[in-house]
Amino acid sequence: MSKLIKGKTGEWEVVIGVETHAQVSSVSKLFSGSPTAFGAAPNSQVSLVDAAMPGMLPVVNGEAVRQAVRTGLALNAEINKHSVFARKNYFYPDLPQGYQISQYEEPIVGEGEIEVELEDGSTRTIGIERLHMEQDAGKSVHDRHPGKSYIDLNRAGVPLMEIVSKPDMRSAEEASAYVGKIRSILRAIGSCDGNMQEGSMRADINISVRKPGEELGIRAEVKNVNSLRFIRQAVEVEAKRQIRLLESGGTMVQETRLFDPDKGETRSMRSKEDAHDYRYFPDPDLLPVVFDDAFVAECKASLPELPDTRKARYVEAGVSADNATFIAGEQDHIHFFETLLAAGIDAKQAADFYTSEFLGRLNKADISIADAKVNAEALAGLLALVKDNTISGKIAKDVLDDMLESGEPAKAIVEAKGLVQITDSSAIEALVDQVIADNPNQVESYKANPKAIGWFVGQVMKASQGKANPGQVNQLLKQKLDG
Amino acid sequence: MALDEGTVARVAHLARIRVKDERLKPLAGELDTIVNWVEQLGEVDTNNVAPMTSVVEMQAHWRQDAVSDGGYSDRVTGNAPDGVADPEGAFYGVPKVVE
Amino acid sequence: MSDLLDLSLAEASDKLRSREISATELTEAYIAAMAETVDLNCYITETPEKAREMAAASDARLAKGEGGAMEGIPIGMKDLFCTEGTLTTAASHILDGFVPPYESTVSGNLWDAGAVLLGKTNLDEFAMGSANITSYYGAVRNPWTRQSEPDTELVPGGSSGGSAGAVAARAALAATGTDTGGSIRQPASLTGLVGMKPTYGRCSRWGIVAFASSLDQAGPLTRTVRDSAIMLGVMAGHDPKDSTSVDTPVPDYGAALTGDIRGLKVGIPREYRIDGMPEEIEALWAQGVDWLKQAGAEIVDISLPHTKYALPAYYIVAPAEASSNLARYDGVRYGLRIDGETLDEMYANTRGEGFGDEVQRRVMIGTYVLSAGYYDAYYLQAQKVRTRISEDFRNAWDSCDVLLTPATPSAAFGVHEKFNDPIQMYLNDVFTVTGNLAGLPGISVPAGLDKDGLPLGLQILGRAFDEETVLKTAAVLEEASGFSALPALRAGRG
Repeated sequence: MSKLIKGKTGEWEVVIGVETHAQVSSVSKLFSGSPTAFGAAPNSQVSLVDAAMPGMLPVVNGEAVRQAVRTGLALNAEINKHSVFARKNYFYPDLPQGYQISQYEEPIVGEGEIEVELEDGSTRTIGIERLHMEQDAGKSVHDRHPGKSYIDLNRAGVPLMEIVSKPDMRSAEEASAYVGKIRSILRAIGSCDGNMQEGSMRADINISVRKPGEELGIRAEVKNVNSLRFIRQAVEVEAKRQIRLLESGGTMVQETRLFDPDKGETRSMRSKEDAHDYRYFPDPDLLPVVFDDAFVAECKASLPELPDTRKARYVEAGVSADNATFIAGEQDHIHFFETLLAAGIDAKQAADFYTSEFLGRLNKADISIADAKVNAEALAGLLALVKDNTISGKIAKDVLDDMLESGEPAKAIVEAKGLVQITDSSAIEALVDQVIADNPNQVESYKANPKAIGWFVGQVMKASQGKANPGQVNQLLKQKLDG
Repeated sequence: MALDEGTVARVAHLARIRVKDERLKPLAGELDTIVNWVEQLGEVDTNNVAPMTSVVEMQAHWRQDAVSDGGYSDRVTGNAPDGVADPEGAFYGVPKVVE
Repeated sequence: MSDLLDLSLAEASDKLRSREISATELTEAYIAAMAETVDLNCYITETPEKAREMAAASDARLAKGEGGAMEGIPIGMKDLFCTEGTLTTAASHILDGFVPPYESTVSGNLWDAGAVLLGKTNLDEFAMGSANITSYYGAVRNPWTRQSEPDTELVPGGSSGGSAGAVAARAALAATGTDTGGSIRQPASLTGLVGMKPTYGRCSRWGIVAFASSLDQAGPLTRTVRDSAIMLGVMAGHDPKDSTSVDTPVPDYGAALTGDIRGLKVGIPREYRIDGMPEEIEALWAQGVDWLKQAGAEIVDISLPHTKYALPAYYIVAPAEASSNLARYDGVRYGLRIDGETLDEMYANTRGEGFGDEVQRRVMIGTYVLSAGYYDAYYLQAQKVRTRISEDFRNAWDSCDVLLTPATPSAAFGVHEKFNDPIQMYLNDVFTVTGNLAGLPGISVPAGLDKDGLPLGLQILGRAFDEETVLKTAAVLEEASGFSALPALRAGRG
């Protein structure tokens, strides 16, 4: 499974590292008590500290520390019981202090690794370089005045975890699978809501290309790619751009680029004639972040089942690997699936029905899980009817259509429409006899080809308006035709 | 090493301080004197010495995660040299930023 | 009226409580004194109306037998403390028109204890200086004059020069200061006052315009050690809004002034005997040793081997922190803005106009020592040397309880006498800066006069959070010296 990209001068390998910025799911900011909620009026969620008024001082939010440690544990990473906040100094109007409080030489979380699953069923281990805490910047609004930019500091000081991967990825698919995996881990443990649209999770992708076996090339950093699909596209177009550039004799410059999903291209963000010199140094307003083993143990004990463990458990229960990975990676799926399991539905059947029937219909109709008229309990109610033979699996699909349309519970629909399965053998037997009697030619051909029984099953089901128990129909047909 | 005018210009830009051209040379002289003077620190043997990161030996106090501040855009923008009262709310205005 | 101005804080407090005098009366005397000494330029902003209101409120409380430890005491507030609704400038053009919508913790503590705000006192711009000549609002003149040349304008020291000048000239009964490298103790020494810098972490830094975060500490400038103890007790205390504020109870500092230092071990650091130190200072120091010995203390010769590196380490650490702390003055959210075509031009214009020469110099030094390729050689090395200096003190405390040193290497000097060479100016802090680097409490006590009739101070340094022993020793020195000289240019001299 070569991931090399063919160019005019031979094959190229793309090397990718990802910096993921994840907003800690806290109600207040990293260093002040103002709120972090999304979408408030400009500058209404800004404290004196966030606005960097003279003499204001930061005090760290303990929840941010706890979530950083929990996340580090979930990434199988080393936890540093002593870490230091440092100032990253640069001027920008959305950075009121003139520096960002971040962690530099001594981050709270060190090296770790995670496993990502690829579409062909293989897995890759991706190294984590570090995780550190830092404050977000505010927002510049450029479109409200012809000659001015407006500054809104609502996001200034929102706690972020920056998760830095090693340059271990070699394809667009791997990069997107990695970010997807990070997202599912963060959501599973609740340290970040993972909402890429609202910006509570963002990824900066470092991309370079090289001829296989050669030294790492010069990289470009593609900023703020805000969906898994865009990550794939961004890597693909940027790698191609670099290959084209190098093959036409150009040289790469280390720069920051922006992905434009509309045009399907990346473009240089700002020319860096002004080389950054961030002058990091430990923030003298803050003491080192120090905690003991007991705190780490407490964080560890608070972790729920992680996606990998959950997936293994589902596979063990009979779910296909693809479905297990898919369901275990997303809290909404987990909620539905676990509700079905709790209702006593067979794991494989539950997974198959949920993914292909339920989600299949939602996707087709472009409805989100949250907006669907059928919740997990209602779906469990439907599959319970199949389980106790009240309806057939086939009828269940029709009932599901009805439920999604009307929002009525399965049982009410089945009763109202008289869809209860026929399990009375004498009634089924009558239908079977009728079909055999009406089709002597088919009976003949069955004798030559026993596979033709399917045709008889279909006829009986049709005659019963789908209500006959297919198992019983099969069994009776076999008896009669063979007998 | 001598701190030259070019270095002063670079540092002044990093610090976003406009320095008039005729000030660059005297300033380089002043800064060079200070830098030469502090360089005597190099004499101190600091092998295996940890840099001081906090003056007081104490445990950091962590805040509870609770909303206890904000909600006063007028107070934070009230001193702004170019405060903007937009229909959306209060902003700080700055010369247009081109990205 | 002049009698009122001569009362110490402790004496005034007694008379206020016994209703022998009223807060309004005392405050009026000081408002008049401010007007009388206006040429000294001790205040950037006078707030007589606010003072009258606060005094009236104090009188109402005193009438009911209520009131805090500073009830009705008119004070000057260094204009580095943010005061809600009152212009706060840090003596810089860049904070033009800045009226804080908040009150610093320390000033808030003082108002809660009943103190009365006379005004915001002058200082070196952003507290960067040792002579109070870098203020955008002009230099402060020391109320003391040389007997030999009474017309020569002398500096009050800095950076808390306005506070020192005001208290010495009787234009405030006491005042707040901040001390980053000696900015309370050095001006106290040059104006014949008691100046106390407590242990780092003792007073909250919240709401004080930051100069160098790991060194800044607030403290009182007063006329007596007892006044210092009273005022420090009000200023100090844990503040959850300052991560570096220490959560330990504030002792009753007044109760520590027992006068009994028998058996106390006083260390004399040999490295403080610097080249070229004036004989008078040397003699005063010897005198101090003698006084403490007579009071029953045991004198111990000790060594602080890294003393000579304290000033250079300070002149890396303080500018580095300042370069970052002052980045917020960018013309966006408050203060001065000088427009420019682009954002970067606006920044550079604003900061080029808004910061004075010394501030620019220090911001640039700080930027330089933190920049790529220089960090290890300068900043990191300085922080390591700082650890060494701290270790020196820790070793010293094995053999002594406090240290006795001169407070300054010279008496007050003329406005133009040391201005040419920045390093010459920096040497003013040579005895005080070690206390900041190690975070230790220190006090300057007036101990004598030089041959020209100018005050000279001695310094006591103590263990971290042992302000009590520092104050107790200082009170013994004060008693022994019997310092009673007064500056020529004071209010109420008739």
